[in-house]
Amino acid sequence: MGSQIIFFYFAVVILATAIITITRRNPVHSVMFMLILFFHIAGLFVMLNAEFLAAVQLIVYAGAILILYLFVVMLLNVDRESTAPRANRYWPWMAGFGLLIALEVILLVARGSFPQAAGQTMQQPAGIGAKDLGMLLYQKYLVPFEIASIILLVGLVGAVMLAKKSTKE
Amino acid sequence: MVPLSWYIMLSAALFTVGVVGVLSRRNIFIILMSIELMLNAANINLVAFSHYLQSLTGQIFTIFVITVAAAEAAVALAVIILIARNRGTLYVDEFNIMKG
Repeated sequence: MGSQIIFFYFAVVILATAIITITRRNPVHSVMFMLILFFHIAGLFVMLNAEFLAAVQLIVYAGAILILYLFVVMLLNVDRESTAPRANRYWPWMAGFGLLIALEVILLVARGSFPQAAGQTMQQPAGIGAKDLGMLLYQKYLVPFEIASIILLVGLVGAVMLAKKSTKE
Repeated sequence: MVPLSWYIMLSAALFTVGVVGVLSRRNIFIILMSIELMLNAANINLVAFSHYLQSLTGQIFTIFVITVAAAEAAVALAVIILIARNRGTLYVDEFNIMKG
């Protein structure tokens, strides 16, 4: 019962901050609300026995990606934010379709029958924590691990190559 | 205990909020942040299933999703800097250079 109340709090705050994020006029305000969202998603991860992922989420998403967004938003400050229209012409249609899709998925899930007994024990699963994640990453999922490092290298080199000023002689 | 279906519903609702943000907003930064919302919704789904199936595969996949999201955010922001430098505007309905 207690865990349900905690989940309810996390879910309400996550959805509320998500809706606030996409409706702000100032992108800096959106980034701030997204920070609150990421903290609550990390709280959900802790509830799901994924403490390492909660830490990774905070360090990488809230601590690196959001800071990057904040820097670029502040560098490219646009003066028209206060008067320009926020959404394009079709936003009522998009909001309506979005609500429809969300209601459909929620209805399907609520009517479906999930085996409630699968894995709902309070005991710790067979392997948790950073040590077991590391064992998996280096043994069974080694190829995706190496490819992820190449993706990061491509991102690093690409971002620098794209954004540097070209010096013509 | 929190049923698995609640996590799936939360993930679907968050994903939908991200989709509506991508499709409705004019500012390119809000669109990028809505894409991050969608990725986080998928992460919630993956970690929930990882917990309920007692398997670590979902968490491994989430690590990779976060990695790809970081690389994608870096490159996307570099492209936005270029667009702001060359086009002068940050609103997606003003990127109409390919319109006939």
